[in-house]
Amino acid sequence: MFSSFMVNTWLAATTVAAIAGVVGFFVVLRGASFVAHAVPKSAFAGAAGASLLGISTLGGLGAFSLLGALTIGWLGRRGRHDVATALSIVVMLGLGALFLSWSAEYASEIYALLFGQVLGVSGSEVLVTVVLGAVSLLAVATLYRPLLLSSATPELAATRGLRSSRVELAFLLLVALVTTTAVPVVGALLMFSLMIGPAGAAQALSRRPATAICLSTAIALCTVWLSIAASYLSNWPIGFFVGTLAGLAYVAARLAAAALRRRAVSVERLGAAGR
Amino acid sequence: MARPGRRLLLADAVSTCPPGRHGEARAEVLALDGVDVWLSGRKVLSEVSFAIRAGEFTGVIGSNGAGKTTMFRVVLGLEAASSGQVLLDGESASHRSRRSIGYVPQKVVLEPDLPLRARDLVGLGLDAHKLGVPWPSRARRDAVDEMLAGVGATSLADARVGTLSGGELQRVLIAHALMSGPRLLILDEPLANLDIRSGQEIVELLAGLAHGHNVAVLMAAHDINPLLEVMDRVVYLAGGRAASGTVGEVVRPDVLSRLYGHPVSVLDVEGRILVIAGSNIQAVGTLEDDLGEHRH
Ligand SMILES: Nc1ncnc2c1ncn2[C@@H]1O[C@H](COP(=O)(O)OP(=O)(O)OP(=O)(O)O)[C@@H](O)[C@H]1O
Ligand SMILES: [Mg+2]
Repeated sequence: MFSSFMVNTWLAATTVAAIAGVVGFFVVLRGASFVAHAVPKSAFAGAAGASLLGISTLGGLGAFSLLGALTIGWLGRRGRHDVATALSIVVMLGLGALFLSWSAEYASEIYALLFGQVLGVSGSEVLVTVVLGAVSLLAVATLYRPLLLSSATPELAATRGLRSSRVELAFLLLVALVTTTAVPVVGALLMFSLMIGPAGAAQALSRRPATAICLSTAIALCTVWLSIAASYLSNWPIGFFVGTLAGLAYVAARLAAAALRRRAVSVERLGAAGR
Repeated sequence: MARPGRRLLLADAVSTCPPGRHGEARAEVLALDGVDVWLSGRKVLSEVSFAIRAGEFTGVIGSNGAGKTTMFRVVLGLEAASSGQVLLDGESASHRSRRSIGYVPQKVVLEPDLPLRARDLVGLGLDAHKLGVPWPSRARRDAVDEMLAGVGATSLADARVGTLSGGELQRVLIAHALMSGPRLLILDEPLANLDIRSGQEIVELLAGLAHGHNVAVLMAAHDINPLLEVMDRVVYLAGGRAASGTVGEVVRPDVLSRLYGHPVSVLDVEGRILVIAGSNIQAVGTLEDDLGEHRH
Protein backbone atom coordinates (compact mmCIF):
# COMPACT_ATOMS: atom_id res chain seq x y z
CA MET A 1 0.00 0.00 0.00
CA PHE A 2 2.85 2.35 0.87
CA SER A 3 5.08 3.61 -1.86
CA SER A 4 8.85 3.31 -1.27
CA PHE A 5 8.74 7.02 -0.60
CA MET A 6 6.41 6.42 2.33
CA VAL A 7 8.48 3.47 3.51
CA ASN A 8 11.56 5.72 3.68
CA THR A 9 9.63 8.29 5.62
CA TRP A 10 8.35 5.68 7.97
CA LEU A 11 11.77 4.13 8.58
CA ALA A 12 13.53 7.44 9.20
CA ALA A 13 10.81 8.78 11.48
CA THR A 14 10.65 5.53 13.44
CA THR A 15 14.40 5.58 14.05
CA VAL A 16 14.30 9.17 15.17
CA ALA A 17 11.36 8.55 17.49
CA ALA A 18 13.06 5.57 19.08
CA ILE A 19 16.28 7.41 19.91
CA ALA A 20 14.41 10.53 21.01
CA GLY A 21 12.38 8.39 23.41
CA VAL A 22 15.43 6.66 24.87
CA VAL A 23 17.78 9.63 25.10
CA GLY A 24 14.91 11.90 26.17
CA PHE A 25 14.54 9.73 29.26
CA PHE A 26 17.99 10.81 30.41
CA VAL A 27 17.42 14.40 29.31
CA VAL A 28 14.36 14.67 31.56
CA LEU A 29 16.04 12.71 34.36
CA ARG A 30 18.95 15.17 34.40
CA GLY A 31 16.64 18.17 34.18
CA ALA A 32 18.49 19.04 30.98
CA SER A 33 15.54 19.96 28.76
CA PHE A 34 17.15 23.28 28.10
CA VAL A 35 20.26 21.57 26.72
CA ALA A 36 18.09 19.47 24.44
CA HIS A 37 16.69 22.76 23.17
CA ALA A 38 20.09 24.39 22.66
CA VAL A 39 21.94 21.68 20.76
CA PRO A 40 19.38 21.44 17.92
CA LYS A 41 19.62 25.24 17.57
CA SER A 42 23.35 24.85 17.02
CA ALA A 43 22.58 22.14 14.48
CA PHE A 44 20.31 24.59 12.67
CA ALA A 45 23.04 27.22 12.50
CA GLY A 46 25.50 24.58 11.29
CA ALA A 47 23.20 23.37 8.55
CA ALA A 48 22.52 26.93 7.42
CA GLY A 49 26.27 27.62 7.36
CA ALA A 50 26.97 24.44 5.41
CA SER A 51 24.40 25.21 2.74
CA LEU A 52 25.89 28.70 2.45
CA LEU A 53 29.33 27.21 1.77
CA GLY A 54 27.85 24.54 -0.44
CA ILE A 55 29.18 21.65 1.66
CA SER A 56 27.34 18.69 3.16
CA THR A 57 24.45 19.82 5.33
CA LEU A 58 24.80 16.79 7.56
CA GLY A 59 28.48 17.60 8.14
CA GLY A 60 27.77 21.19 9.12
CA LEU A 61 24.92 20.09 11.31
CA GLY A 62 27.02 17.45 13.08
CA ALA A 63 29.98 19.76 13.58
CA PHE A 64 27.84 22.51 15.07
CA SER A 65 25.90 20.12 17.31
CA LEU A 66 29.20 18.91 18.68
CA LEU A 67 30.51 22.44 19.03
CA GLY A 68 27.32 23.56 20.80
CA ALA A 69 27.39 20.60 23.20
CA LEU A 70 31.06 21.10 24.06
CA THR A 71 30.57 24.84 24.59
CA ILE A 72 27.69 24.23 26.98
CA GLY A 73 29.76 21.67 28.87
CA TRP A 74 32.78 23.94 29.04
CA LEU A 75 30.93 27.10 30.07
CA GLY A 76 28.57 25.20 32.37
CA ARG A 77 31.48 23.98 34.46
CA ARG A 78 32.62 27.55 35.00
CA GLY A 79 29.35 29.22 35.82
CA ARG A 80 25.64 28.64 35.93
CA HIS A 81 24.66 25.86 33.61
CA ASP A 82 21.34 27.37 32.57
CA VAL A 83 22.91 30.71 31.72
CA ALA A 84 25.58 29.02 29.56
CA THR A 85 22.87 27.01 27.81
CA ALA A 86 20.60 30.00 27.23
CA LEU A 87 23.45 32.05 25.78
CA SER A 88 24.38 29.20 23.44
CA ILE A 89 20.80 29.11 22.14
CA VAL A 90 20.79 32.83 21.45
CA VAL A 91 24.21 32.92 19.81
CA MET A 92 23.41 29.94 17.63
CA LEU A 93 20.03 31.27 16.53
CA GLY A 94 21.70 34.58 15.72
CA LEU A 95 24.37 32.83 13.65
CA GLY A 96 21.72 30.78 11.90
CA ALA A 97 19.81 33.93 11.00
CA LEU A 98 22.97 35.56 9.65
CA PHE A 99 23.91 32.53 7.52
CA LEU A 100 20.40 32.38 6.13
CA SER A 101 20.39 36.06 5.20
CA TRP A 102 23.59 35.52 3.21
CA SER A 103 22.49 32.39 1.41
CA ALA A 104 20.10 32.12 -1.49
CA GLU A 105 18.28 29.02 -0.25
CA TYR A 106 14.65 28.50 -0.94
CA ALA A 107 12.42 29.28 1.99
CA SER A 108 11.08 25.75 1.90
CA GLU A 109 14.49 24.27 2.69
CA ILE A 110 14.94 26.56 5.68
CA TYR A 111 11.49 25.66 6.79
CA ALA A 112 12.47 21.99 6.54
CA LEU A 113 15.53 22.55 8.73
CA LEU A 114 13.39 24.03 11.45
CA PHE A 115 10.30 21.91 11.15
CA GLY A 116 11.57 18.78 9.39
CA GLN A 117 10.79 17.16 6.09
CA VAL A 118 9.44 13.85 7.21
CA LEU A 119 7.51 13.37 4.00
CA GLY A 120 10.45 13.63 1.63
CA VAL A 121 13.31 11.43 2.80
CA SER A 122 15.58 9.73 0.27
CA GLY A 123 16.99 6.22 0.52
CA SER A 124 20.54 7.31 1.32
CA GLU A 125 19.30 9.67 4.00
CA VAL A 126 17.41 6.82 5.60
CA LEU A 127 20.55 4.71 5.70
CA VAL A 128 22.50 7.48 7.46
CA THR A 129 19.66 8.00 9.94
CA VAL A 130 19.43 4.31 10.78
CA VAL A 131 23.20 3.91 11.23
CA LEU A 132 23.52 7.00 13.44
CA GLY A 133 20.45 5.90 15.39
CA ALA A 134 21.97 2.48 16.03
CA VAL A 135 25.20 4.10 17.25
CA SER A 136 23.21 6.31 19.64
CA LEU A 137 21.33 3.36 21.10
CA LEU A 138 24.54 1.40 21.53
CA ALA A 139 26.09 4.35 23.36
CA VAL A 140 23.12 4.57 25.74
CA ALA A 141 23.22 0.84 26.43
CA THR A 142 26.93 1.06 27.22
CA LEU A 143 26.65 4.04 29.55
CA TYR A 144 23.30 3.03 31.05
CA ARG A 145 24.31 2.61 34.70
CA PRO A 146 26.73 5.54 35.07
CA LEU A 147 24.22 7.80 33.30
CA LEU A 148 21.33 6.59 35.44
CA LEU A 149 23.06 7.12 38.79
CA SER A 150 24.75 10.40 37.94
CA SER A 151 21.56 11.82 36.42
CA ALA A 152 19.44 10.85 39.43
CA THR A 153 21.93 11.80 42.15
CA PRO A 154 25.25 13.34 41.11
CA GLU A 155 26.36 13.33 44.77
CA LEU A 156 26.22 9.54 44.94
CA ALA A 157 27.78 8.98 41.54
CA ALA A 158 30.90 10.82 42.62
CA THR A 159 31.40 8.37 45.43
CA ARG A 160 31.07 5.37 43.14
CA GLY A 161 34.10 6.55 41.24
CA LEU A 162 32.09 8.25 38.48
CA ARG A 163 33.40 11.70 37.75
CA SER A 164 30.38 13.86 37.05
CA SER A 165 32.27 16.06 34.58
CA ARG A 166 33.02 13.00 32.45
CA VAL A 167 29.50 11.65 32.58
CA GLU A 168 28.22 15.13 31.70
CA LEU A 169 30.55 15.24 28.70
CA ALA A 170 29.40 11.79 27.55
CA PHE A 171 25.81 12.91 27.90
CA LEU A 172 26.37 16.09 25.89
CA LEU A 173 28.10 14.13 23.13
CA LEU A 174 25.14 11.77 23.09
CA VAL A 175 22.71 14.67 22.69
CA ALA A 176 24.86 16.01 19.85
CA LEU A 177 24.80 12.61 18.14
CA VAL A 178 21.05 12.24 18.48
CA THR A 179 20.53 15.78 17.23
CA THR A 180 22.65 15.10 14.15
CA THR A 181 20.55 12.03 13.48
CA ALA A 182 17.20 13.61 14.03
CA VAL A 183 17.31 17.23 12.86
CA PRO A 184 17.47 16.45 9.11
CA VAL A 185 14.29 14.41 9.52
CA VAL A 186 12.16 16.16 12.13
CA GLY A 187 13.81 19.57 12.25
CA ALA A 188 15.48 21.62 14.95
CA LEU A 189 12.28 22.66 16.70
CA LEU A 190 10.42 19.34 16.76
CA MET A 191 13.36 17.31 17.88
CA PHE A 192 13.03 18.97 21.25
CA SER A 193 9.33 18.21 21.78
CA LEU A 194 9.90 14.59 20.83
CA MET A 195 12.65 14.24 23.44
CA ILE A 196 10.79 15.91 26.31
CA GLY A 197 7.07 15.06 25.99
CA PRO A 198 7.20 11.25 25.82
CA ALA A 199 9.98 10.97 28.42
CA GLY A 200 8.15 13.27 30.84
CA ALA A 201 4.95 11.27 30.37
CA ALA A 202 6.75 7.96 30.94
CA GLN A 203 8.39 9.13 34.16
CA ALA A 204 5.02 10.13 35.56
CA LEU A 205 3.60 6.71 34.73
CA SER A 206 6.34 4.34 35.85
CA ARG A 207 8.71 4.25 38.78
CA ARG A 208 11.01 1.67 37.19
CA PRO A 209 13.78 3.10 35.06
CA ALA A 210 13.73 0.29 32.48
CA THR A 211 9.95 0.38 32.14
CA ALA A 212 9.98 4.17 31.89
CA ILE A 213 12.50 4.02 29.03
CA CYS A 214 10.36 1.50 27.14
CA LEU A 215 7.22 3.57 27.75
CA SER A 216 8.98 6.74 26.65
CA THR A 217 10.06 5.06 23.42
CA ALA A 218 6.58 3.63 22.83
CA ILE A 219 4.93 7.03 23.32
CA ALA A 220 7.47 8.70 21.01
CA LEU A 221 6.81 6.05 18.35
CA CYS A 222 3.03 6.43 18.59
CA THR A 223 3.36 10.22 18.43
CA VAL A 224 5.41 10.04 15.24
CA TRP A 225 3.34 7.36 13.51
CA LEU A 226 0.08 9.14 14.25
CA SER A 227 1.60 12.42 13.12
CA ILE A 228 2.76 11.01 9.78
CA ALA A 229 -0.62 9.51 9.10
CA ALA A 230 -2.48 12.64 10.15
CA SER A 231 -0.19 14.90 8.18
CA TYR A 232 -0.53 12.68 5.08
CA LEU A 233 -4.30 12.71 5.29
CA SER A 234 -4.87 16.33 6.24
CA ASN A 235 -1.93 17.92 4.42
CA TRP A 236 -1.23 19.96 7.54
CA PRO A 237 2.42 20.31 8.62
CA ILE A 238 3.69 17.31 10.53
CA GLY A 239 5.23 19.64 13.10
CA PHE A 240 1.82 20.66 14.31
CA PHE A 241 0.90 17.06 15.04
CA VAL A 242 4.20 16.05 16.64
CA GLY A 243 4.27 19.04 18.97
CA THR A 244 0.63 18.80 19.96
CA LEU A 245 0.64 15.03 20.49
CA ALA A 246 3.83 15.13 22.56
CA GLY A 247 2.27 17.80 24.78
CA LEU A 248 -1.00 15.90 25.02
CA ALA A 249 0.80 12.68 25.96
CA TYR A 250 2.47 14.47 28.84
CA VAL A 251 -0.75 16.02 30.15
CA ALA A 252 -2.64 12.73 29.82
CA ALA A 253 0.08 10.83 31.66
CA ARG A 254 0.12 13.31 34.54
CA LEU A 255 -3.67 13.10 34.85
CA ALA A 256 -3.57 9.31 34.71
CA ALA A 257 -0.84 9.15 37.36
CA ALA A 258 -2.84 11.47 39.65
CA ALA A 259 -5.99 9.38 39.14
CA LEU A 260 -4.09 6.17 39.93
CA ARG A 261 -2.73 7.71 43.11
CA ARG A 262 -6.20 8.82 44.18
CA ARG A 263 -7.54 5.35 43.55
CA ALA A 264 -4.73 3.78 45.56
CA VAL A 265 -5.54 6.12 48.45
CA SER A 266 -9.27 5.40 48.37
CA VAL A 267 -8.66 1.65 48.17
CA GLU A 268 -6.44 1.95 51.22
CA ARG A 269 -9.15 3.91 53.04
CA LEU A 270 -11.77 1.32 52.12
CA GLY A 271 -9.45 -1.37 53.42
CA ALA A 272 -8.96 0.53 56.66
CA ALA A 273 -12.72 1.07 57.04
CA GLY A 274 -13.44 -2.61 56.37
CA ARG A 275 -11.15 -3.76 59.14
CA MET B 1 10.93 -4.22 61.70
CA ALA B 2 13.96 -6.41 61.24
CA ARG B 3 16.61 -5.92 63.86
CA PRO B 4 19.02 -3.64 62.04
CA GLY B 5 22.55 -4.64 61.34
CA ARG B 6 22.23 -8.36 61.95
CA ARG B 7 21.81 -9.77 58.50
CA LEU B 8 24.23 -7.72 56.51
CA LEU B 9 26.36 -9.89 54.34
CA LEU B 10 29.74 -8.30 54.31
CA ALA B 11 31.43 -11.61 53.80
CA ASP B 12 34.92 -10.38 52.90
CA ALA B 13 35.26 -8.04 55.80
CA VAL B 14 33.86 -10.55 58.26
CA SER B 15 36.00 -13.47 57.24
CA THR B 16 39.34 -11.66 57.27
CA CYS B 17 39.07 -10.48 60.83
CA PRO B 18 37.05 -11.82 63.74
CA PRO B 19 34.37 -9.52 65.14
CA GLY B 20 34.72 -7.89 68.52
CA ARG B 21 36.03 -4.54 69.55
CA HIS B 22 38.99 -5.29 71.78
CA GLY B 23 40.98 -7.68 69.64
CA GLU B 24 44.66 -7.43 68.69
CA ALA B 25 45.88 -4.27 66.98
CA ARG B 26 43.97 -3.94 63.72
CA ALA B 27 45.13 -2.59 60.42
CA GLU B 28 44.64 1.12 59.83
CA VAL B 29 41.95 1.46 57.21
CA LEU B 30 42.22 5.21 56.89
CA ALA B 31 44.90 7.63 57.99
CA LEU B 32 45.23 11.37 57.44
CA ASP B 33 48.66 12.79 57.88
CA GLY B 34 49.09 16.55 58.23
CA VAL B 35 46.32 17.43 55.79
CA ASP B 36 45.90 21.11 54.90
CA VAL B 37 43.01 22.27 52.73
CA TRP B 38 42.55 25.68 51.17
CA LEU B 39 39.22 26.65 49.61
CA SER B 40 38.84 29.96 47.75
CA GLY B 41 41.91 31.39 49.47
CA ARG B 42 40.79 30.32 52.94
CA LYS B 43 42.46 27.68 55.03
CA VAL B 44 39.61 25.37 55.98
CA LEU B 45 41.61 22.49 57.47
CA SER B 46 45.05 22.67 58.91
CA GLU B 47 47.38 19.87 59.98
CA VAL B 48 44.62 17.30 60.35
CA SER B 49 46.05 13.93 61.35
CA PHE B 50 44.35 10.83 62.69
CA ALA B 51 43.92 7.14 61.91
CA ILE B 52 41.00 4.76 62.18
CA ARG B 53 41.00 0.99 62.18
CA ALA B 54 38.75 -1.80 61.01
CA GLY B 55 35.92 -2.53 63.42
CA GLU B 56 36.03 0.92 64.99
CA PHE B 57 33.23 3.41 65.24
CA THR B 58 34.64 6.93 64.99
CA GLY B 59 32.62 10.08 65.52
CA VAL B 60 33.67 13.28 63.78
CA ILE B 61 32.36 16.05 66.01
CA GLY B 62 32.32 19.72 65.11
CA SER B 63 29.93 22.64 64.83
CA ASN B 64 28.65 24.17 61.58
CA GLY B 65 31.50 25.13 59.32
CA ALA B 66 34.10 23.22 61.33
CA GLY B 67 35.19 21.36 58.19
CA LYS B 68 33.59 17.92 58.56
CA THR B 69 32.21 17.76 55.04
CA THR B 70 35.40 19.21 53.60
CA MET B 71 37.46 16.56 55.37
CA PHE B 72 35.28 13.79 53.93
CA ARG B 73 35.50 15.28 50.46
CA VAL B 74 39.26 15.20 50.71
CA VAL B 75 39.19 11.54 51.77
CA LEU B 76 36.93 10.81 48.79
CA GLY B 77 39.17 12.70 46.41
CA LEU B 78 36.48 15.26 45.55
CA GLU B 79 38.65 18.03 46.96
CA ALA B 80 42.43 18.16 46.92
CA ALA B 81 44.63 18.62 49.97
CA SER B 82 47.27 21.33 49.49
CA SER B 83 49.65 19.36 51.66
CA GLY B 84 49.62 16.18 53.67
CA GLN B 85 48.50 12.70 52.73
CA VAL B 86 45.42 10.51 52.78
CA LEU B 87 46.29 6.83 53.24
CA LEU B 88 43.88 3.98 52.60
CA ASP B 89 45.13 0.66 53.97
CA GLY B 90 48.52 2.25 54.42
CA GLU B 91 48.86 3.35 50.82
CA SER B 92 48.33 6.74 49.28
CA ALA B 93 44.66 6.93 48.26
CA SER B 94 44.02 6.43 44.55
CA HIS B 95 40.98 6.56 42.32
CA ARG B 96 40.80 2.79 42.46
CA SER B 97 41.34 2.32 46.19
CA ARG B 98 38.66 4.92 46.92
CA ARG B 99 36.08 2.55 45.41
CA SER B 100 36.29 0.64 48.69
CA ILE B 101 34.74 3.58 50.55
CA GLY B 102 31.01 3.72 51.16
CA TYR B 103 29.70 7.26 51.50
CA VAL B 104 26.41 8.75 52.63
CA PRO B 105 26.49 12.48 51.78
CA GLN B 106 25.00 15.19 53.96
CA LYS B 107 22.47 16.26 51.39
CA VAL B 108 21.06 14.33 48.52
CA VAL B 109 18.51 16.13 46.38
CA LEU B 110 15.94 13.82 44.84
CA GLU B 111 13.00 14.90 42.70
CA PRO B 112 9.74 13.33 43.92
CA ASP B 113 8.87 11.97 40.48
CA LEU B 114 12.27 10.47 39.76
CA PRO B 115 11.61 7.09 38.11
CA LEU B 116 13.85 5.19 40.49
CA ARG B 117 12.77 2.84 43.26
CA ALA B 118 14.67 2.30 46.48
CA ARG B 119 15.73 -1.12 45.19
CA ASP B 120 17.10 0.41 41.98
CA LEU B 121 19.19 2.88 43.94
CA VAL B 122 20.52 0.15 46.22
CA GLY B 123 21.33 -2.00 43.18
CA LEU B 124 23.29 0.86 41.64
CA GLY B 125 25.45 0.86 44.76
CA LEU B 126 26.72 -2.51 43.58
CA ASP B 127 27.62 -1.79 39.99
CA ALA B 128 26.91 1.79 38.91
CA HIS B 129 30.43 2.13 37.51
CA LYS B 130 30.03 -0.84 35.17
CA LEU B 131 29.22 -0.44 31.52
CA GLY B 132 26.37 -2.15 29.76
CA VAL B 133 22.77 -2.84 30.75
CA PRO B 134 22.33 -4.82 33.98
CA TRP B 135 20.42 -8.00 33.22
CA PRO B 136 18.06 -8.76 36.07
CA SER B 137 19.47 -11.77 37.88
CA ARG B 138 18.31 -13.71 40.87
CA ALA B 139 21.62 -13.12 42.67
CA ARG B 140 21.45 -9.36 42.18
CA ARG B 141 17.86 -9.25 43.35
CA ASP B 142 18.60 -11.35 46.42
CA ALA B 143 21.60 -9.22 47.32
CA VAL B 144 19.45 -6.07 47.13
CA ASP B 145 16.62 -7.64 49.17
CA GLU B 146 19.09 -8.84 51.77
CA MET B 147 20.67 -5.42 52.10
CA LEU B 148 17.29 -3.66 52.36
CA ALA B 149 16.29 -6.12 55.09
CA GLY B 150 19.59 -5.51 56.86
CA VAL B 151 18.87 -1.80 57.21
CA GLY B 152 15.21 -2.39 58.03
CA ALA B 153 13.92 -0.95 54.77
CA THR B 154 12.20 -3.96 53.20
CA SER B 155 8.85 -2.21 53.11
CA LEU B 156 10.37 0.73 51.20
CA ALA B 157 11.84 -1.36 48.39
CA ASP B 158 9.31 -0.36 45.74
CA ALA B 159 8.77 3.28 46.70
CA ARG B 160 10.10 6.07 44.52
CA VAL B 161 13.28 7.33 46.20
CA GLY B 162 12.16 10.95 45.92
CA THR B 163 9.09 10.29 48.07
CA LEU B 164 10.90 8.75 51.05
CA SER B 165 11.02 10.60 54.36
CA GLY B 166 14.38 11.78 55.73
CA GLY B 167 14.84 8.76 57.97
CA GLU B 168 13.66 6.30 55.33
CA LEU B 169 16.00 7.79 52.75
CA GLN B 170 18.86 7.61 55.24
CA ARG B 171 18.41 3.85 55.53
CA VAL B 172 18.24 3.40 51.78
CA LEU B 173 21.36 5.51 51.29
CA ILE B 174 23.19 3.41 53.87
CA ALA B 175 22.12 0.28 52.01
CA HIS B 176 23.35 1.85 48.74
CA ALA B 177 26.71 2.64 50.33
CA LEU B 178 27.06 -0.86 51.78
CA MET B 179 26.31 -2.72 48.55
CA SER B 180 29.89 -2.70 47.37
CA GLY B 181 31.06 -4.24 50.65
CA PRO B 182 33.11 -1.24 51.77
CA ARG B 183 35.72 -1.56 54.49
CA LEU B 184 35.27 2.10 55.32
CA LEU B 185 31.83 3.68 55.65
CA ILE B 186 31.66 7.48 55.87
CA LEU B 187 28.42 9.18 56.87
CA ASP B 188 28.00 12.94 56.87
CA GLU B 189 25.54 13.92 59.60
CA PRO B 190 23.10 11.08 59.10
CA LEU B 191 21.25 12.08 62.27
CA ALA B 192 20.58 15.66 61.20
CA ASN B 193 16.97 15.12 60.08
CA LEU B 194 16.02 12.26 62.33
CA ASP B 195 13.87 12.10 65.42
CA ILE B 196 15.48 10.63 68.52
CA ARG B 197 14.20 7.11 67.99
CA SER B 198 15.18 6.85 64.31
CA GLY B 199 18.51 8.38 65.22
CA GLN B 200 19.11 5.72 67.83
CA GLU B 201 18.16 2.99 65.40
CA ILE B 202 20.62 4.29 62.83
CA VAL B 203 23.38 4.57 65.43
CA GLU B 204 22.73 0.98 66.57
CA LEU B 205 22.75 -0.20 62.99
CA LEU B 206 26.10 1.48 62.35
CA ALA B 207 27.57 0.23 65.62
CA GLY B 208 26.52 -3.28 64.60
CA LEU B 209 28.33 -2.82 61.29
CA ALA B 210 31.49 -1.65 62.99
CA HIS B 211 31.63 -4.02 65.92
CA GLY B 212 29.90 -7.02 64.37
CA HIS B 213 31.10 -6.81 60.77
CA ASN B 214 34.48 -5.18 61.09
CA VAL B 215 33.66 -2.13 58.99
CA ALA B 216 35.45 1.10 59.91
CA VAL B 217 32.62 3.59 60.46
CA LEU B 218 33.35 7.31 60.32
CA MET B 219 30.36 9.47 61.13
CA ALA B 220 29.96 13.22 61.43
CA ALA B 221 27.68 14.81 64.00
CA HIS B 222 27.16 18.16 65.70
CA ASP B 223 26.39 16.59 69.01
CA ILE B 224 28.58 14.01 70.66
CA ASN B 225 25.93 12.68 73.03
CA PRO B 226 23.94 10.30 70.82
CA LEU B 227 27.22 8.56 69.96
CA LEU B 228 28.76 8.23 73.42
CA GLU B 229 27.64 4.67 73.94
CA VAL B 230 29.02 3.26 70.73
CA MET B 231 31.98 5.45 69.85
CA ASP B 232 35.45 3.91 70.02
CA ARG B 233 37.20 7.08 68.97
CA VAL B 234 36.41 10.70 68.35
CA VAL B 235 37.88 13.19 65.91
CA TYR B 236 37.05 16.62 67.26
CA LEU B 237 37.15 19.45 64.70
CA ALA B 238 37.24 23.13 65.61
CA GLY B 239 38.69 26.09 63.79
CA GLY B 240 39.98 23.79 61.05
CA ARG B 241 42.12 21.76 63.42
CA ALA B 242 41.51 18.28 64.75
CA ALA B 243 42.13 16.37 67.96
CA SER B 244 41.60 12.63 68.00
CA GLY B 245 41.65 9.76 70.44
CA THR B 246 39.18 8.11 72.77
CA VAL B 247 36.46 10.33 74.18
CA GLY B 248 38.28 10.42 77.51
CA GLU B 249 41.47 11.58 75.84
CA VAL B 250 39.92 14.30 73.70
CA VAL B 251 36.85 15.70 75.38
CA ARG B 252 38.75 17.45 78.15
CA PRO B 253 38.99 21.13 78.95
CA ASP B 254 42.73 21.32 78.31
CA VAL B 255 42.65 19.54 74.94
CA LEU B 256 39.58 21.35 73.68
CA SER B 257 40.78 24.74 74.92
CA ARG B 258 43.94 24.26 72.89
CA LEU B 259 41.89 23.19 69.87
CA TYR B 260 39.46 26.11 70.05
CA GLY B 261 42.22 28.54 70.92
CA HIS B 262 40.24 29.89 73.86
CA PRO B 263 39.18 28.42 77.21
CA VAL B 264 36.29 26.01 77.16
CA SER B 265 34.65 23.94 79.84
CA VAL B 266 33.40 20.40 79.57
CA LEU B 267 30.35 19.71 81.70
CA ASP B 268 28.69 16.44 82.48
CA VAL B 269 25.00 17.05 83.02
CA GLU B 270 23.25 13.81 83.94
CA GLY B 271 25.35 11.76 81.57
CA ARG B 272 25.24 14.28 78.75
CA ILE B 273 28.40 16.10 77.76
CA LEU B 274 28.23 19.84 77.23
CA VAL B 275 31.14 21.80 75.81
CA ILE B 276 30.83 25.53 76.44
CA ALA B 277 33.02 28.59 76.13
CA GLY B 278 34.66 30.04 79.23
CA SER B 279 36.56 28.45 82.11
CA ASN B 280 34.93 30.12 85.10
CA ILE B 281 32.43 27.32 85.38
CA GLN B 282 32.84 24.44 87.77
CA ALA B 283 34.15 21.85 85.32
CA VAL B 284 34.26 18.13 85.88
CA GLY B 285 37.81 17.63 84.67
CA THR B 286 38.26 14.47 82.70
CA LEU B 287 35.29 12.42 81.71
CA GLU B 288 37.06 9.12 81.84
CA ASP B 289 35.32 7.88 84.97
CA ASP B 290 31.85 8.98 83.95
CA LEU B 291 32.26 7.41 80.56
CA GLY B 292 33.29 4.16 82.13
CA GLU B 293 29.67 3.65 83.04
CA HIS B 294 28.49 4.09 79.46
CA ARG B 295 30.87 1.56 78.05
CA HIS B 296 31.03 -2.11 78.67
N1 LIG C 1 33.96 25.68 47.98
C1 LIG C 1 34.24 26.42 49.07
N2 LIG C 1 34.84 27.62 48.95
C2 LIG C 1 35.13 28.36 50.03
N3 LIG C 1 34.88 27.99 51.28
C3 LIG C 1 34.27 26.81 51.48
C4 LIG C 1 33.92 25.96 50.39
N4 LIG C 1 33.32 24.86 50.89
C5 LIG C 1 33.32 25.03 52.22
N5 LIG C 1 33.88 26.19 52.58
C6 LIG C 1 34.06 26.68 53.94
O1 LIG C 1 34.76 25.72 54.67
C7 LIG C 1 34.30 25.65 55.99
C8 LIG C 1 33.99 24.20 56.33
O2 LIG C 1 32.87 23.80 55.60
P1 LIG C 1 32.26 22.35 55.76
O3 LIG C 1 31.13 22.23 54.81
O4 LIG C 1 33.34 21.37 55.66
O5 LIG C 1 31.71 22.41 57.26
P2 LIG C 1 30.90 21.30 58.06
O6 LIG C 1 31.68 20.98 59.27
O7 LIG C 1 30.54 20.17 57.18
O8 LIG C 1 29.62 22.14 58.48
P3 LIG C 1 28.08 21.68 58.65
O9 LIG C 1 27.97 21.08 60.00
O10 LIG C 1 27.33 22.95 58.57
O11 LIG C 1 27.77 20.73 57.54
C9 LIG C 1 33.10 26.57 56.07
O12 LIG C 1 33.50 27.73 56.74
C10 LIG C 1 32.76 26.86 54.64
O13 LIG C 1 32.28 28.16 54.51
MG1 LIG D 1 28.81 19.41 56.50
